[in-house]
Amino acid sequence: MIPAHFDYVAPASLDEALRALADGGEDAKPLAGGHSLLPLMKMRLAVPTLLVDLRRLEGLRGIERENGDWRIGPLTRHADLQRRADLGVVAQTAALIADQQVRNRGTIGGSLAHGDPASDLPAVLAATEGRVTIRDAGGGSRTVAAADLFQDYLTTAVGPGELITEVRIPALDGWGHAYEKFTRRAEDWAMVGVCALVKRAPDGSCEDVRVAFTNMASTPIRATAVEQALRGGPLDDAAIAAAAEHADEGTDPPADLNASADYKRHLARVLTRRALQRAAGS
Amino acid sequence: MTAIETPQADGRHVGRPLKRKEDPRLITGRATYVDDLNPVGTLWMAFVRSPEAHATITSIDASAALAREDVVAVYTAEDLDLAAPLPMAWAPPGIDLNVPEHWPLARGRVAHVGDPVAVVIGEDRYSVVDAAEDVIVEYEPLPVVTDPEEALRDEVLVHPDLPSNTVHEWSLGGGDLEAGFAEADVVIERRIVNHRTAGGAIEPRAVLAEERAGHLTVWSSTQIPHFLRLFLSIMLDLSEERVRVIAPEVGGGFGSKLQIYGEEILAAWAARKLGRPVKWCETRSEAMMVTHHGRDQIATVRVGAKRDGTVTAFHARILADLGAYMMLLTPMVPSLGAFVMSGCYRFPAVQTDIVGVMTHKFATDAIRGAGRPEATHMIEVALDQLAVELGLDPLEVRRRNFIPADAFPYETAIGITYDSGNYQGTLDKLLEHVDVEAFRAEQERLRAEGVHRGIGFCTYTEICGLAPSRAVGPSAFGLQGGGWESALVRVHLTGAVTVYTGTSPHGQGHETGFAQIVADRLGTDPQLVEVIHGDTSQGPNGLDTYGSRSLAVGGEAIARAADKVVARIRRFVAHKLEAAPEDIELRDGRWIVRGSPDKGFTLPEVAGLAYIPEDIPQDMEPGLEEVAFYDPGNFVFPFGAHAAIVDVDPETGKVTLVRYVAVDDCGPAINPLLIDGQVHGGIVHGVGQALYEQVVYDESGQLVTGTFVDYALPTAAELPSFETDRTETPSPVNSLGVKGVGEAGTIAASAAVANAVMDALRPLGVTYLDMPYTPMRVWNAIQEAAR
Repeated sequence: MIPAHFDYVAPASLDEALRALADGGEDAKPLAGGHSLLPLMKMRLAVPTLLVDLRRLEGLRGIERENGDWRIGPLTRHADLQRRADLGVVAQTAALIADQQVRNRGTIGGSLAHGDPASDLPAVLAATEGRVTIRDAGGGSRTVAAADLFQDYLTTAVGPGELITEVRIPALDGWGHAYEKFTRRAEDWAMVGVCALVKRAPDGSCEDVRVAFTNMASTPIRATAVEQALRGGPLDDAAIAAAAEHADEGTDPPADLNASADYKRHLARVLTRRALQRAAGS
Repeated sequence: MTAIETPQADGRHVGRPLKRKEDPRLITGRATYVDDLNPVGTLWMAFVRSPEAHATITSIDASAALAREDVVAVYTAEDLDLAAPLPMAWAPPGIDLNVPEHWPLARGRVAHVGDPVAVVIGEDRYSVVDAAEDVIVEYEPLPVVTDPEEALRDEVLVHPDLPSNTVHEWSLGGGDLEAGFAEADVVIERRIVNHRTAGGAIEPRAVLAEERAGHLTVWSSTQIPHFLRLFLSIMLDLSEERVRVIAPEVGGGFGSKLQIYGEEILAAWAARKLGRPVKWCETRSEAMMVTHHGRDQIATVRVGAKRDGTVTAFHARILADLGAYMMLLTPMVPSLGAFVMSGCYRFPAVQTDIVGVMTHKFATDAIRGAGRPEATHMIEVALDQLAVELGLDPLEVRRRNFIPADAFPYETAIGITYDSGNYQGTLDKLLEHVDVEAFRAEQERLRAEGVHRGIGFCTYTEICGLAPSRAVGPSAFGLQGGGWESALVRVHLTGAVTVYTGTSPHGQGHETGFAQIVADRLGTDPQLVEVIHGDTSQGPNGLDTYGSRSLAVGGEAIARAADKVVARIRRFVAHKLEAAPEDIELRDGRWIVRGSPDKGFTLPEVAGLAYIPEDIPQDMEPGLEEVAFYDPGNFVFPFGAHAAIVDVDPETGKVTLVRYVAVDDCGPAINPLLIDGQVHGGIVHGVGQALYEQVVYDESGQLVTGTFVDYALPTAAELPSFETDRTETPSPVNSLGVKGVGEAGTIAASAAVANAVMDALRPLGVTYLDMPYTPMRVWNAIQEAAR
């Protein structure tokens, strides 16, 4: 609970921040909300030699609608997301992250760059097929889709010395949505989380569907078997229940104190059905 | 921020829900905890702790740590010259115990994860932690045993220098058990596991020690400053008058700070050795690992009963996992349960057989309720199981066995005398709030919708007010000390009042409740009565706070000291008004001659007579201050009836507490708000154990639940708003008629929740399940039952 020694800078611009990270080398870490990094440091599971605090960076916070996308600044707090009901599933999910103190500090960019499969927003990015813009130390930018962002447990496409500068999430107007999060306590990480998005065709059938899981593998993953089972077919309780039975396909859930892998697979099926039912409005 | 409220019609403060005098400073962050104290030159301690559950220490190399500029010293067991090991002060009487020596630093071998091997002392709290990582310790791992039933077989010894892992076997019984079972129409047996929990105080432990001119002062976040002074004196071989212990603001204890910890002793030892103040503040990780745990009992409960539910015999065999070392009262805790193994029932024959066994885990000791929650859980869960077996209403089984209200004082089969009670009364009051018939209809309806709702009850009594020296002392139940409490009541010249109590509150609200008691007696406002506690150099000797003793023993001592002051007031006023002292009375805040309200004296005016004694007889002492010591004639036995309603999601196994109703009887209320606070907190503690909290070690003795992420303390988000009510049955033991209430909620709640979960699960074929009712455990049980 006592972190090791580290240096600290709080640069005033993005360029300075990137430079500080570059100068600090591999053991320099950017600090956004700090609610993942600081606990790891206090337990000495992370021992950065330099913290580059991003709190003074202007222009990396805020929510704007641009064409079909939500453009979200990476330093936007979970609390800001949760207050914007028009963000749909993003707002609904943000409201379920940890507790209010964490939501007041934690940021969407931090959560996505950290890539904890038990965190909620990565699954939302995966389901919405959002993308992030990453700036590297040389000043270059690239856009990375959700499917390519999350590479392994706590490993993302955001490399050392790089920062997420923009998050884009398709607004998916007209889609039904739901995030089902299963926890022992409200403030806990998800034992399993399911993000479901459903688009009904005019005839009531399932025109399109996306399902993504929190904490069912080493990264957030899409439930492609569920999606395939439902897409193009009827969107009634029976069809949803049948599709949800495929929820555990392709998953590799990590077992922990509170949930065996088998139990998590079971939860994934139950929660997928519930999330789809809610998203389908049935 | 004052909380002076409208007095009651009769002008009395006792009985009013006065807001806590303590709260403004606590809420606004102006309270002083140990960590707020930083004398000039303070050094910090950090510990090198064993990562192994059992190992020989083959070498310790502190050279790298010592080479650091900011490190002053590194000590290992070899450096310590203590006069005595850490104490086990209270053990079951009449038996020999097989007990390992326990020193503040491990001597050659570690016996649990976190066992301290070395202490690093340096200039600041951060660098000592870095330096502790630089101390290289080599361990030769030894075999580990963490399962208490396996430990009983002695195949792996927790301490290879001892003959066995079994610490003790101890029994307490009364009545003819054999005849009781022979007479029974039905006998049920259940194995009931009461798992290991942690205290989870919001302020971890902290200690600061300083020696000046041969006098040692120790500030510690402890429940027991007076005991700590005594043991510091013994272990450091210091004369007791040269040791002062101060417990400043203490952020919760729940029994976990009813302990003499090695870190406290080491801070004092090092402060003397180095001639500088030495400080240590426990981290949360350390608190989970090396602040004592509680519970951890496996009970086999056998109940014999007639067809109508009348219990004829009750037999509990308890295997208690005591951990690696015997701390202050480690082996005593299960015995405290044995004293109330009759519950609130007329069991003609009761027997408790206890086996204490060591494992390579940290010690268990007193955690809120200490033995009584475990006993109550056994009794109340077993009675529900019996009711199902007999096809009877569980409340009917309870009513059939209740000790009737007219039977008090009632001597139970084991010879303990319950002071007062009206168990039917609290249950009747509970049922005014809970319509069981309507609940059953609702339960049926919800089940059709896929929600499995259940209701569970617990009717309890407990033994508290730890006191009577003749009962708890060395020749009785084995406490190496007495059980009295003290108070000093001082009226100042201005009429302001200072009260010194020997109890040592850590969140309960003593400053408010005690002020109410004194204010009424002296004719002043509670806001003008300051209660001083937790400093061994102020006020008379005391015996601190644990076992719901502060009000029933310490409060009574205060009432008695105040009454002695009243006697003095009467004499001063009588002399002035030329009346007899017995004719002086307090009316509307003035001391008058009965029937003559025209002339009278307020408390400040009386203080003037006492402290400017120009006109008192030669044989009358000036001053307005008195001390009282009080040693009660018996314990007190609070009681109550609780109901829990839970929903179980059969698809996921998740249990949600939807309603909790508590009716408690702790005698006449001094302050109903304080009682509610204690009951609410107590319920959370019990619900926490039933649904959320568990200390888990893996087979190699590693602590799995090392943080609040894994040790799932419930928060407000998980809990409904509790409904509380009271009945008031005075205790004849003390003049206030009061009983303790700090542990009552915890004692009742786990069984109420357990019975509710079982009620919900029964239609799914689950007939019995142990706590904690985690989603996976409940879901697994449902799957098992469906097979």
